[in-house]
Parts: sequence; C-alpha cells; structure tokens
Amino acid sequence: MKVSNILATKGTQVVTVRPEQTLKEVVRLLTQHNIGAVAVMDAADKLVGIISERDIVREAARSDDVLSRPVSAVMTSRVITGSPHDDVKAVVMTMTEKRFRHLPILDHGKLAGIVTIGDAVKATLNRYEGEIDTLQAQIGEG
Amino acid sequence: MSKPGTENQPLRVAILGSGPAAFYAAEHLFKQTGLVVEIDMFDKLPTPFGLVRAGVAPDHQKIKNVTKVFDGIASHPRFRFNGNVEFGRHITLAELREHYHQILYATGAQTDRRMNIPGEDLCGSHPATEFVAWYNGHPEYRHLEFDLSQERVAVVGVGNVAMDVARILSLSYKELAATDIADYALEALSRSCVKEVYLLGRRGPAQAAFTNPEVKEVGELEESDVIVRPDEAELDAVSQAELERNPDRTIQTKVKMLQAYAQRAPSAKPRKLTFRFLVSPVELRGDAAGRVESMKLVRNVLYLTDAGSVSPKATEQFEETPVGLVFRSVGYRGVALPDVPFNERWGVILNEKGRVLDPDSHRHRVGEYTSGWIKRGPSGVIGTNKPDSVETVNCMLEDLEGGAVLQPARPEVAAAAEWIQTRQPQVISYADWRRLDEMEVAKGKAQGRPRVKLTSIEEMLSALGR
Repeated sequence: MKVSNILATKGTQVVTVRPEQTLKEVVRLLTQHNIGAVAVMDAADKLVGIISERDIVREAARSDDVLSRPVSAVMTSRVITGSPHDDVKAVVMTMTEKRFRHLPILDHGKLAGIVTIGDAVKATLNRYEGEIDTLQAQIGEG
Repeated sequence: MSKPGTENQPLRVAILGSGPAAFYAAEHLFKQTGLVVEIDMFDKLPTPFGLVRAGVAPDHQKIKNVTKVFDGIASHPRFRFNGNVEFGRHITLAELREHYHQILYATGAQTDRRMNIPGEDLCGSHPATEFVAWYNGHPEYRHLEFDLSQERVAVVGVGNVAMDVARILSLSYKELAATDIADYALEALSRSCVKEVYLLGRRGPAQAAFTNPEVKEVGELEESDVIVRPDEAELDAVSQAELERNPDRTIQTKVKMLQAYAQRAPSAKPRKLTFRFLVSPVELRGDAAGRVESMKLVRNVLYLTDAGSVSPKATEQFEETPVGLVFRSVGYRGVALPDVPFNERWGVILNEKGRVLDPDSHRHRVGEYTSGWIKRGPSGVIGTNKPDSVETVNCMLEDLEGGAVLQPARPEVAAAAEWIQTRQPQVISYADWRRLDEMEVAKGKAQGRPRVKLTSIEEMLSALGR
C-alpha cells in the first residue's frame, strides 16, 4: 500500500496558510475543517513549514497573546516530507519513531496532501483486515 | 418527502460494477437493520465478479472461492444483477438519477500505468493487464494476439500480477490444462516457444510486492527452473538495516526463499524463470520492422527516503538483454466514467472517503459514491475492498440520515426494470448468470477442469437460447 492510495480518497484540496497569517486564523481553519495541522506555504507556493495543534498549545503555554502571533514564529520549519510512492508501512514506522503526526506529501515538488498518523494506521488496519478476510474466504469460512 | 429506506419507500441504490468492492458494498447495505434497500447492480459484461473472474490467475482457483460469498449476497430477494449493460452506452447518469436515491461507482482500475520509456510502444511490448484479461477469457480481449514464437520474455514489475504473467508463461501444458484458462489461450500457449522469462524488480528482494505463496509456487514448476542471481539475492546495506529496525517475518521468509533459489543448481528443465532485482528498463530497442529485440536496463541502488521507505536510484551502470516480448506490470489505473468527476493525478474518481466531489466547489455531489480501486487506486488483496466499501456505505447511511439523497422521479423497482429492458433487451440477470456458470462448470468437469469459460458475449447469449 502506497501513500497515493491514502491521498486518493482525500479529495484534492489541501488546507494551507501563509507564514505571515496569525494563529487566530490557523485555529479557525483547524476548527472549520476538523483537522490537526495545516501546511505553511510561501508566496511562491513552496512548503516552508507545518503548524499543528501541538505547536499552538506549546506557544500558548509561554505566551499570553498566542492568537495574535504570526505562523512563522510558531511553525515547525524543518519538515519531514513524503512522496506518493512511499510505503504506508514505512511511513507509520517513521511517524511513530520520530513522534510526529502529520506528513506533507510532495509530488514533483508540489504539495499533494497531508497524511496523518490516523490515515496511515487506518490504511494498515484495513490491509490486515482485508488479508484475513481473503484467507477466510479461501478456506471457506467467509 | 419522507426519508427512503422503509417497506413503503425502499432506498434505491444503483451499483456500477460487480467486482469485490461492489459486492461488499451491497453486503454492508443489506446488513443494516431497519433499512429496506433495493439494489440494482450493473456490469458491462454479462458475467459478474470483475477481477475475480478476469484477473485472478486461472491456476489460483482457491482465491476464486470468494465468489461463494458473493453468491450469498446476490441471493438476497432485494438484489438484482443487470449484466451486459454498460454505463455511458446503454444507460446514463441522468437516467440513473431518475431511478435511484444513491449511485455507487465500483468499476475498478481497468487500464495499466505506463513505464514512460522510449520504445514502450514497439510491436511486442504489451501491458500485462491485456495479457491477463486475454488468458482469463475477458470478451473484450479475446481477439488479442501475443507473439509466443519468441524465446525470451521480460515481465517488468514484481507484484503478484507480474508474477502471474511470468508463471502462466512458464507452466507446462499439463499444468495449464488443469485450470480454467480460456480455451484459445491454452491452445496458443501450448505452441509457445518461450524458454526464458525475466521478472524485473527495480528494488531488491525485501521490497518485492509478490507474496510468499507465489514465490514458493514458482520453485515447484514442472517444466521451468527458477533462477536467482546470488549477488542480487543478497540484501544491500539499506534493506538489511531496515529489516533490523523493523523486523518482519514475512519479508524475512521471502528473502530466505529467494536466497535458497539462488543456491539451487539448475536442473535441465526446458524453461527458465529468472528473477532480476535492482534493475529498471530505460529503453526498449526494436529491429527494422519495429519489433522489440532488446531491452536496456539500468542498475539501481537503494536509499532511504525521509519518510522511511526504501527507494531505487539509478546508477550509471547499464546492460542490454535480448527480449522479443515485453509485458509491463507497473500498476493499474482507473478509467474516467462519462459525466463523473475524475482525479487525473491518482487515476481515481474524485472523492473524499468515497463521497464523489464536484471538481469546482469541492462539495459532495449528492447521491454519488465510489468504492474499490476506482476510489483508492489499486492496492491490497480482494478482502481489502471490504473495509473500503464499508467506509463508503457508512457515508451513504450518514447522508441518508441527514436527508442528502437524490429525489428520483421513478423510484419503483418495476419502473427501473422496464427502463433497463428498453435500453438493453439482452440484459443478463443473476439467474441467467447461474445458468451460464453451471454450463461452464459442467463443460469443465467433462474435461477434468474447474470450468471452461464462455468468452464471447454472442456465445453467452446463444447458450441462454437468446
């Protein structure tokens, strides 16, 4: 199973923000789309960072006016990215080991979507469930 | 208008396609307590089951046992199969909207991905999917011809489809004759001159997608030796480190089996099936007549991507291998349906968790859904389509609950039956299919085979006395 199989069922729209936008706007986007992170893109549409709920919470712990802070001051700018050809299994392993939950996917340098740890675990569970089901059908227990 | 799904007003669902994703969706819909649902399933072929009939290799009959599960689903009194009815030809989306509250596209991935290398379209270079459909008796592919007078064949790819193609080319007549391979394919393969089959993987043995039973099987062929180069069976440092970081018994077993093959002394069987790893074709070269005569390969090395997968990178080392026939098996791809939004990037219907999206507004197109390979792209085994279809059906149920369904003008079962009959008088019902099935199995029994397939629509209709 490839990352592209996950992105295929996530539409084509990816929620993004610019580095100069405020956390207030990010919080609104996270709520509106019911998501946990957004990709940060510069004026040339290049991925420059990612900002997650966790980044915002961490900032809130040390700042009183967290919501007026710019994205650029809070985002994670050293982002690990993936490609549509990456194996889902490897992705789950890497996200678990390195403890991050959102993996932006670049396709020929362009942002194609974000795979969450939830997406990747669900795809893995479906794979196992499917394999068990297929084996059961073969031995006539289906 | 009250919510459909009751005895007086059943929920009307059209499912396009009749492969695993289609049947698993029907199953999950029928499972809902308190929901009365009438399902009409359509297929452009007279026969159901999609790739279980036309894709799964003929020597893998056990995998086809899943059709018993599908028979059970089809026996539901509120289920109807409409075979030989093609979307976009006999029936349109506008018409479906007249008759159904919900429409589910489960048409699969019907074409192959290209290698995008020079010479790919030379004579003698084919998509593996066409060869598979041909030997499985798919009516639209039965007229194809493959030059089996060639001695050397390359199969590009190391998934189970590539493995199937390589194995079918390597089986003896006796082995093939025990399967339900199409008669014309059995005949053509009985005259095959193929002596060498190469299976080409761009990564190493640890990354090959074929599964262990398939690896075991090719070590036991009657007339073909399996060859693995010892240097290519050894794991490179990257794969070795990966396997230590993330131990996986299945992969370890696979690698061990391949390494054991590498140690085998070849016996004197008339054919050879050779695994190659860490090579990618970069060009197919042809003779003056435009026929493939060789393949240029580049050697790859492996590296770890940021996200942690093992990927190939081309080196400057090339080699050339004479081959007269090439099958590419580097992935399937979905085909767009008329009037249905398509996501070109992934080759699937534009969707979110199975809800079809409008390409402009990115909102859900009410009443339209998708599941299976046309939803997520090709991945997994037959059973993987079950959780996939369950996800889509759960969206359908949620939308039904929220009142977001189509408002068909003629939702009655009889009205749809009449309309289908008008559009395609030669519609095939499930009862018709069961008769065809019995005839195929009976004919097979007489020859000691699981079945002898009917492979043209005319043949099927005439067998039914039409």
